[in-house]
Amino acid sequence: MGRSLLSKVWDLHAVRKLPTGQTQLFVGLHLVHEVTSPQAFAMLKENGWTVAFPSRTVATVDHIIPTLSLARPFADAEAEEMLVSLQRNCRDFGVPLYDLGAPEQGIVHVVGPELGFTQPGMTIACGDSHTSTHGAFGALAFGIGTSQVRDVLASQCLAMDPMKLRRIDVTGRLASGVYAKDVILAIIRTLGVKGGVGYAYEYGGEAVDAMSMDERMTLCNMSIEGGARAGYVNPDATTFEYLKGRPAAPKGEAWDRAVAWWFSMASDADAAYDDRVTLDGAALEPHVTWGINPAQSTGVTGRVPRAPDATPEARAQVAEALEYMGFTGGEAIAGTKIDVAFIGSCTNGRLSDLREAARVVKGRKVAKGVKALAVPGSNAVRAAAEKEGLDAVFRDAGFEWRGAGCSMCLAMNPDRLEGRQVCASSSNRNFKGRQGSPTGRTLLMSPAMVAAAAVAGEVTDVRPLLGGGR
Amino acid sequence: MSLPAIRRVSGTARPLTGDDIDTDRIIPARFLVSVTFDGLGAHAFEDDRRGAKTRGETHAWDDARFFGAALLLVNRNFGCGSSREHAPQALLRGGIRAVVGESYSEIFFGNSVAIGLPCVTLPHEAMAALQALVAGDPATMLALDLGTKTLAAGEATFPVAMPENARQAFLSGNWDGTSMLLDRYDEVEALAKRLHYVTGF
Ligand code: SF4
Repeated sequence: MGRSLLSKVWDLHAVRKLPTGQTQLFVGLHLVHEVTSPQAFAMLKENGWTVAFPSRTVATVDHIIPTLSLARPFADAEAEEMLVSLQRNCRDFGVPLYDLGAPEQGIVHVVGPELGFTQPGMTIACGDSHTSTHGAFGALAFGIGTSQVRDVLASQCLAMDPMKLRRIDVTGRLASGVYAKDVILAIIRTLGVKGGVGYAYEYGGEAVDAMSMDERMTLCNMSIEGGARAGYVNPDATTFEYLKGRPAAPKGEAWDRAVAWWFSMASDADAAYDDRVTLDGAALEPHVTWGINPAQSTGVTGRVPRAPDATPEARAQVAEALEYMGFTGGEAIAGTKIDVAFIGSCTNGRLSDLREAARVVKGRKVAKGVKALAVPGSNAVRAAAEKEGLDAVFRDAGFEWRGAGCSMCLAMNPDRLEGRQVCASSSNRNFKGRQGSPTGRTLLMSPAMVAAAAVAGEVTDVRPLLGGGR
Repeated sequence: MSLPAIRRVSGTARPLTGDDIDTDRIIPARFLVSVTFDGLGAHAFEDDRRGAKTRGETHAWDDARFFGAALLLVNRNFGCGSSREHAPQALLRGGIRAVVGESYSEIFFGNSVAIGLPCVTLPHEAMAALQALVAGDPATMLALDLGTKTLAAGEATFPVAMPENARQAFLSGNWDGTSMLLDRYDEVEALAKRLHYVTGF
């Protein structure tokens, strides 16, 4: 029986069995940002510890960054304090920081891959749930809490319980207008938000093989929304092509050795899995969430469910979601009026996301009364998009073209929903109040679908708006 | 590396009655944006305390008779709500060294172990008796012993419970996750040297 990438990477990084029964796992790359690190650094100081491997640690600032003006000090005194303390901690502990305004700065899950830090066969940790993004490269990437951030800073290790492995095959080719976002929304809808508890997800199959790295990152990013601790795609030629020439990628002869090693870390053809699931990718249509967790979605031609039709266990949850979202149940999801359109986040704030959205808005106008934001995931994405003229496409259509950051994905910076606004959003969480207003409503979808909703003023099928193939 | 074991916690106690006291009540969310845990103790139960004040009452956290207490006496499902570590931190920074209650949310319990705050349980009747005893005589000295799984309060002794792995973690000092991970650091360094991507391929 062959071995999976999960078991190869796990064994390679296992330091020892701990007295608690857990495994002490070495962390190959620790990504740090301003929100979950200050208390961890403070605990290091309290205990007189240093950062064990500053060379395996990289910091940037993303969550609290205002996307309109970077003028200092920030209007929000607490945001200002978080940035100042990150700068001070990185200086004091010798951690490299891609600081505010640096050309490399951006959302931590966009920046890590972009700079070539994220590589196959690594263990990666970051104090943010969406660290699973990095699994797109065939790395084992975990989101961790603040006390674990402290653990990793001080020891470069985590105490981990073993995981089971579920292989998810997405067969066939995705249709035009159907993206990785739709695949992961469909997976979470099928398996549920708790379906992945205790598992890592390995994604594969024809549709995944054909995906770009940007798309694989979207797919892996939301593994955590399905309850999985991590999600990954085996490294292949697409992975190596992406990494080649990136600043932190190996060069020269080391590159060739690296590729050979990375390739050897991929799951063997006869690897063992604890569970297998297959999804027909060719049959998927664009997905839209109608509820208050990412599993509550439907195809764009579908309808919002009615509470009485739900299973007895799900009925109360469906009723709660319908009430919060203002649906009666039974209505078509297409035609749902929106107030805000948000393109961005670590799920869908990369260049290809902006390109797909721009294809939709080009030559069209944002509907009256809709506030539309296009927010690049990093300064590098922003620069690349501007080089292609995407900023002009968005602006001409009536979008606001913003600076890089987490923006309206969560309520830690000035970009927020107001009141009961409905937002078509390319982000990853539609929890109550997630986008900053306690009563704000989020409809998750792909960036192209957000663009379509922005110009239509309501949820609409993007497929007729996309001329020609992909 | 020496690992600090936690076996006994003694001192006076502060009774805090009520079921389902959630993490937002223990430390309101607006204090979470702060960059350190320092000062969290001062804001523990802030909204509940304000509410009590406007009703002309005194919240247990403000009650001068219980100042300096090392143990907190609570009821059912204490610490439900969010997963943040700030709630046990606020108690710890507020001088609490152990919590005695009827039950806890699982995440609150785990976070408490991770920061060295033992949480033990005893049945409803025993807790009612204990809270009444301490309310009647705030100077009552309590002694929690994780080794013998007992809580002495004045003349009385109550058996208490704690999941065995957590109890062993406290007794052996392995509750301190970071120290445990640093314990055999040479093995960590040796492993790093074997990783191709660390050595540069
Ligand atoms: S974009 Fe959203 S999910 Fe991603 S790191 Fe930022 S806040 Fe977290």
